[in-house]
Amino acid sequence: MNEENIEKGGEEKEEPQEEKINLDDNPIVKKIKERFTEDILDTYCFANRLDEITIKAKKEKIKDICRFVKEEPELDFTYLADITGVDYPDREERFDLVYHLYSVNKNQRLRLRLSTKDGEAVESVTSIWKGADWYEREAFDMLGIKFDGHPNLKRILMPDDWEGHPYRKDYPLEDQKTPKERLKAKPLGE
Amino acid sequence: MGIIQSRFESNIITTTVDKLVDWSRRSSLWPLTFGLACCAIEMMCAGASRFDFDRFGVIFRATPRQSDVMIVAGTVTHKMADVMKKLYDQMPEPKWVVAMGACAISGGPFNSYSVLQGADAVIPVDIYIPGCPPRPEALMHGIILLQEKIDKEKFVRK
Repeated sequence: MNEENIEKGGEEKEEPQEEKINLDDNPIVKKIKERFTEDILDTYCFANRLDEITIKAKKEKIKDICRFVKEEPELDFTYLADITGVDYPDREERFDLVYHLYSVNKNQRLRLRLSTKDGEAVESVTSIWKGADWYEREAFDMLGIKFDGHPNLKRILMPDDWEGHPYRKDYPLEDQKTPKERLKAKPLGE
Repeated sequence: MGIIQSRFESNIITTTVDKLVDWSRRSSLWPLTFGLACCAIEMMCAGASRFDFDRFGVIFRATPRQSDVMIVAGTVTHKMADVMKKLYDQMPEPKWVVAMGACAISGGPFNSYSVLQGADAVIPVDIYIPGCPPRPEALMHGIILLQEKIDKEKFVRK
């Protein structure tokens, strides 16, 4: 049993690597590109896997694209799994927002990505997926990205009176104030 | 004692008010069910059948208004510190606090922007139990130490 497995493993190693996926032929990418030719900046997939497709889009068009991928029957991305943010402090367009989508009916995943400058607002997608509410609040709380059209954009994880946005790369890792200093600034229980 | 000695049947015990009250207080320490992190799992285990806190008179209560002890079991974040203070203020006197585990003592491994570096910055702590998390035996030892501390309390004659 063991020997067989080892032999098999050896054979597999010798096989040539599988061909790189050409995303231009992919039906999902095709469909989106057909509609938003000008607004798609880049498409790529992680680890050469079809369930790891990322589409980089223009920031201004994100709401239109989101509505399209949800409502188009062939795409049917009805579930917004997550919205995450990334901070690239050296870039002019400092933040990336990543929308992780899932189509329950087609068992297909898709990522939408956009870049935005510090202080510039991104259109909220809460009118498309209700679940975007808390994800956008988290991105606002931890990175300071503002969302236009969000019904209740306030901090969700940090205390309401917190200063700064902890997921920014220039935010200090350790607590800069001692507990006593913090208590002096704002006595607890008030 | 000389006057009353041997004048009554043998079912009379004499003591001081201090001792009597301390004895009753330390024999019914009702902690607040206040689990914040993994320490809470050990606290639950200490309350369950293997270690059975009931035999010390330690019965967990679900409200601060019926509690005598607050066992701070886990990491206290700055957001939670507000809540912890509020709960402590709602407990009736006399009240005691046990800081369970490294996080409640000093922030533990989380020297981070969001974590309070020790519960004693906000509320007065009586007993510190080290460990990450402490085993139920350690918590039990801490409770016994607290009982010993209560035994020494004097309030009629300071």
